[in-house]
Amino acid sequence: MSYRIGIDVGGTNTDAIVVDGSGAVVAATKSATTPDPFDGIRHSMEKVIAGIDTNEVTQAMLGTTHPANAIIQRRGLQRVGAIRLAAPASMGVRPGVAWPKDLLDTIMGPIDIVGGGNEFDGTPIAPLDEDAVRRFAAKCAGTVTAIAISAPFSPATFDHEERAAQIIEEELGGEFAVSMSHRVGALGLLERENATILNASLLGVARTVVSGFQTALAENGLVVDSYITQNDGTLLSAEEAVRFPVLTLGSGPTNSMRGACSLAGLADALVVDVGGTSADVGILVDGFPRESTAAIEVGGVRTNFRMPDLISIGLGGGTVVRETGGEVTVGPDSVGYKVVTDALVRGGDTLTLSDISVHVGRLAGFGDRELVAGVSRATSDAALAWVDEQIRIMADRMKASRHAMPLIAVGGGSHLVPDEVAGVTEVVRPNHHAVANAYGAAIAEASGSIDRVFRFEERGRQASLEEARNLAAEAAIRSGADPNQVRITSVHEVPLSYVPGQACRVQVKAAGPLAP
Amino acid sequence: MRKVDSADLDQLTLGATLLGTGGGGDPFIAKLMVEQAIQDFGAIDVATLDELDEDDLVATVAVLGAPTVIVEKIPSGPEFTNAVRALAAYLGKEIKAIMPVEVGGMNTLIPLAVATELGVPCVDADGMRRAFPQIEMTAFTLAGLSASPMSLADEKGNKVTFETTSNQVGEKLVRGSAMMLGLANAVSLYPMTVRQAKDAAVWGSMQYCSDLGRLLRAVQHQEDGAWDQLLEFTEGVVAFEGKIIDLDRRTTTGFARGTVTIEDFVDPGRTMRIEIQNELLLAIADGRAVVTPPDLICMLDHETSEPITTETLAYGQRVRVLALPCAPEFKRGNWLDVVGPKAFGYDVDYVSLEG
Repeated sequence: MSYRIGIDVGGTNTDAIVVDGSGAVVAATKSATTPDPFDGIRHSMEKVIAGIDTNEVTQAMLGTTHPANAIIQRRGLQRVGAIRLAAPASMGVRPGVAWPKDLLDTIMGPIDIVGGGNEFDGTPIAPLDEDAVRRFAAKCAGTVTAIAISAPFSPATFDHEERAAQIIEEELGGEFAVSMSHRVGALGLLERENATILNASLLGVARTVVSGFQTALAENGLVVDSYITQNDGTLLSAEEAVRFPVLTLGSGPTNSMRGACSLAGLADALVVDVGGTSADVGILVDGFPRESTAAIEVGGVRTNFRMPDLISIGLGGGTVVRETGGEVTVGPDSVGYKVVTDALVRGGDTLTLSDISVHVGRLAGFGDRELVAGVSRATSDAALAWVDEQIRIMADRMKASRHAMPLIAVGGGSHLVPDEVAGVTEVVRPNHHAVANAYGAAIAEASGSIDRVFRFEERGRQASLEEARNLAAEAAIRSGADPNQVRITSVHEVPLSYVPGQACRVQVKAAGPLAP
Repeated sequence: MRKVDSADLDQLTLGATLLGTGGGGDPFIAKLMVEQAIQDFGAIDVATLDELDEDDLVATVAVLGAPTVIVEKIPSGPEFTNAVRALAAYLGKEIKAIMPVEVGGMNTLIPLAVATELGVPCVDADGMRRAFPQIEMTAFTLAGLSASPMSLADEKGNKVTFETTSNQVGEKLVRGSAMMLGLANAVSLYPMTVRQAKDAAVWGSMQYCSDLGRLLRAVQHQEDGAWDQLLEFTEGVVAFEGKIIDLDRRTTTGFARGTVTIEDFVDPGRTMRIEIQNELLLAIADGRAVVTPPDLICMLDHETSEPITTETLAYGQRVRVLALPCAPEFKRGNWLDVVGPKAFGYDVDYVSLEG
């Protein structure tokens, strides 16, 4: 039997899980996240593999909030030089113009816009100004630890970015870190450039995360392939994660939804993840979270990552319930993880939604039911009516059609989800739902994607889409997917207005289980 | 004359997004360009038509190309000043002020950046007070003004100036040239005196846009009475509220066409269909045209009241459709032929929002 380990480091808890080759859960643990997260990782790992033959463990996956926290807290970030290959085009908005000042001060080194880049049809805007790239490299030497390179339409034509990277290597040596925008993001120059600069600044954090993870594995006697989960719920190899940390920023909610999907054995369903403070609702389409169309801001910087489309509200196990003058109000504040001490049923003095749940019998085995005997039935009913209505509205807002579909309830507060929700066929409560995020990491697949402009007039729509599918599948296989099991998970076409030749932006994603 | 500074750009950008009626290019990039122009050249003087000499020459300036190209190949700045200078050189006269051709979408803000770089005021007026896909679809055309001579420029220094017999031919010539020049170009057109502008332009459209942005922000912050104030200010109506149940995009022509279908929250038997040609153009409820061009169809996220652009439309979005009456300056001459439903190929009659 071969096993995989999945670990998820969240703000409150570090969860670990071991699954076998069939995806069955062999062991699971939940413990508090520690000030140095690696203590928690090491500890959870030790606990979860107790009694398991470490020789049988072949792969380990980590989902972590490290890089996201580094940006939010402006901690451990490196200084970056930013060069855009675009002149004389794209001078109207310099790199970093819309960034928050403190982040700019922390990260941004020299910036320049030099000759280079391509038009929408692939012709150069200008020849690459190699001398200017060399001068930029010289200016960066000793002042920054990495350089971010961007260029218009580089997702389609990237020879200028690659040549500029080569020149920087010639000038500053092969050890000097360079991030190229076509490897990081999709169409939308400013957002892709922002992501590339953030990526370059996170390279140090990424090395810490990956080496910390690998050290924890080694200390536990595990000789395995290691991976980090990325925003779309698929995997980056440890080597790739060291180079593209920005792709891991939003993996938390994705892991939870992918885990819920697999634990429940459903590919198309709504997912509600209820914690202590808030509830998130998302939707799974073909086993992957539907992605948001809104621009995603990371630490105040606009990027064009695709993140799960989620609705969040203040509804959790620790949400405070109040009675004032015969009226019952719920939240939005919460006692959070302190629900274990502050809730009435635990001997505390705050009426929370968990108390209501215990009072009406939705939650058992959490404290003493006698302690909520004084709560009136009317209060319970009013609070529950509010909860049920919120969950109904969230589920309805998320659904793509009028058709009823299943709702998977996961997370420590999921007892609040009623058994009957309008527009929902059934409420599914899978086993191990409390560690759905670690499970999502453990079962994650390898993926590849492309985002490019095709001109259907040249070769026809079918041939163009076929090429796009092949490119995405090849990228997934390069990332480790089993060539026999790789499949296309999404195809998105957006016609470009005013552009001749039936130009169309095509985004394709492919994924598959890791090759054995 | 008032000064527009970085702090004023937020509500102007939000208003421009709403007046873009789903299209008109991303005003966010234009906002960043204006912020940089203010850093480099200082705050912008915005003048009403009354504050300028009647004999002064004014020209409009706009980015012309494909919104999806512009997000990759961001404008530079000199192409706009080059277009204006080429036009002035052709006319042999000095251009004393810059005016937006459309207050709606990214072309609302671009003229501000150009004005400060040129050191001239930007006029608080325009030709549409919304966004339309073609350059001849303006109140200027309806007042009998020529869009030409017009100058198109790219960031590399290429310039071309056209004299045309009609504004429709002008549209074809600049569009064709833009395709050869990278589809992210600057155009300066509709040169006119302030006297002519007083008669032909939509007055106060920048202020209108800014006020609209401020009122919409209040709606987003759920301030008391904000919705009523927005509807009162615009004389608009909420035309429909529901959920997107179908989205059909077509690539048959150069324009991004499509149809979006919305189903009423309460009564699934009631639907609204909105036809898209870059912008949201025509709304049909229960088989009957209810909002027709040149009136405006604005789609807002039902929860956040954030305007939704046609590129980000998706199944399942919960939306509120707002119908706003067009600027009254549109309604003259052969307006129905130029900006009415038939100008966009729809075989329906114009329906006034006043019923």
